[in-house]
Amino acid sequence: MRKEEYIISDFCIIRNNRAIVNGELIFSAPRHNTAAFLTALYRHLDVGYAKFFKMDSLCKLGFLASELILRKHDPILPDQADDTGLILANAASSIDSDRNHQRSIADHDAYFPSPSVFVYTLANIVAGEISIRHKLHGENAFFIDRQFDPVRMHAYATQLFDEDIIKRCLMGWVELDGDRYEAVLYFIQKSAGHKDGIAIFEPGKLNDIYLQGSDLWNN
Amino acid sequence: MKEVFIGAANIITSLGFTTAENMERMKAGETGIRHWNDKSLSPVPFWASRIDDSLLQKIFSIYADPRDFTRFEQMVICSVMGALKNSSVPSGDKRTLFILSTTKGNIDLLKNDMVRPGEGNRIYLWKSAEALQNFFSFINRPLIISNACISGLMAIIAGSRYIRTGAFDHVIVTGADIVSEFVLSGFNSFLSLCDGPCRPFDKNRQGLSLGEGAGTIILSSSKPGKEESRQIRAGFGFTSNDANHISGPSRTGEGLYRAIRKTLEHNPVQVDYISAHGTATPYNDEMESIALTRAGLQSIPVNSFKGYWGHTLGAAGVIESIAGVYSLQENILFNTLGCNDPGTENPISVIGNTHKAEVKSCLKIASGFGGCNAALILHK
Repeated sequence: MRKEEYIISDFCIIRNNRAIVNGELIFSAPRHNTAAFLTALYRHLDVGYAKFFKMDSLCKLGFLASELILRKHDPILPDQADDTGLILANAASSIDSDRNHQRSIADHDAYFPSPSVFVYTLANIVAGEISIRHKLHGENAFFIDRQFDPVRMHAYATQLFDEDIIKRCLMGWVELDGDRYEAVLYFIQKSAGHKDGIAIFEPGKLNDIYLQGSDLWNN
Repeated sequence: MKEVFIGAANIITSLGFTTAENMERMKAGETGIRHWNDKSLSPVPFWASRIDDSLLQKIFSIYADPRDFTRFEQMVICSVMGALKNSSVPSGDKRTLFILSTTKGNIDLLKNDMVRPGEGNRIYLWKSAEALQNFFSFINRPLIISNACISGLMAIIAGSRYIRTGAFDHVIVTGADIVSEFVLSGFNSFLSLCDGPCRPFDKNRQGLSLGEGAGTIILSSSKPGKEESRQIRAGFGFTSNDANHISGPSRTGEGLYRAIRKTLEHNPVQVDYISAHGTATPYNDEMESIALTRAGLQSIPVNSFKGYWGHTLGAAGVIESIAGVYSLQENILFNTLGCNDPGTENPISVIGNTHKAEVKSCLKIASGFGGCNAALILHK
């Protein structure tokens, strides 16, 4: 099988009340809570997607990150729907919605579990929301890991490229745990015809991008 | 490209702690789904397939102190040990990877400990996997897949890819989930639980039965034994998203159809038998019948194992694949327990009675929340 060369054609970082696309700060907001920041970013992007308000915070975060990248590529053409992959990972799974659902069943005398909360108690729902928005039918995977592992993510995507299962993919880290949130997504595609990409698709480059401004994550 | 061989396996459900035990009780037509009135899990009575706790503790005590591991982890450890016992695969080798598949892992811990961010509680799956890695002395950090109800099947598909591309020589895939108040209350709020043992593909099916279980399947690049007729391979498998709705299956079976189509295109084998997801919710089973019909597979014998041990979520894809492997090895097709009167709008060939049949290949399919779907071929 002939090995193609792949590039990181776009990336975005959302953390610490800032959104960065391909290295450029496109939005920042004064320090406020996660939900308020995500709504502010949504309004700034002027997306017009009412379903956004039904989503839990993890999905909002992943949705906005995917929007920052895929609006440059939209529409993903119907003949690309099957071979555009979506590979995501995080550490805390759906812990935010898990806590919300747990609160609703903590007291048997005030038992009010809700389907609209429960459905978000799975990490991969964010992949579903992104797939719906951009009509993606390609390979999906959601991994849980202690931290973003560029080597492992690169290896998994490379396998899919080498077996010709996907031709391009949106991949990265979408993490939300209480007031801590962090999304770093990359768009990977063949280098042919896209010589203006950010970097060659390799673990070191994924990591360099991930570390941009990451000192702010622990603030 | 290397072939992927299925090696030793283990199933732990309410029907038993080994694959053989489970299969024997299934041949006898037994279900593990029972009626429970357990206020620690639900304010209202419910039906579910649950693993006997004292039996689990007793068996687990052989390996370690039960106080050091959660119920979920105990099930995983018992299952991995059960498979390794019948295998020469070196678990502590750098060429061996452990994949853990689960939807909710230690979710029962959330009840007593609404953890604060950053605390290293085993509610975090990677923390739990770290404890498992230490127990087994795995060299590689476990790969954790949490992709709703296709997690188990996706874990086998991912593991097969690692073997095929030569990244690893052996992959130990374990899927596990417990029956918890968290999940019971959630499915109850969706009104998707059946008042009785579930009835997959039945005209009068009313919903699913939850089950708990753990399954382990060992994938290898080398043949597990000499007996050709018992050598089962994992072929190519694919996933696809419906891109339609996060909690309702596609009306056209879109993602499942696409996953099946890709799987059939890449595997030059004829499908002899289909192990469906068959949760027994009205919508899931209908969707599967549509996808199978679109793929031209409506006349291939199909079953669902959910009537035996319920819907085991992240374990389902693994334990049902093991049952599929058993079917190929023993040339036996299991019935769809609970289905007395098949009734999907697109008629499919639901297996009515457990019987002997020469089968060379099995198509395993699964679907889940988030619109995810997966398909995989297992063959001789």
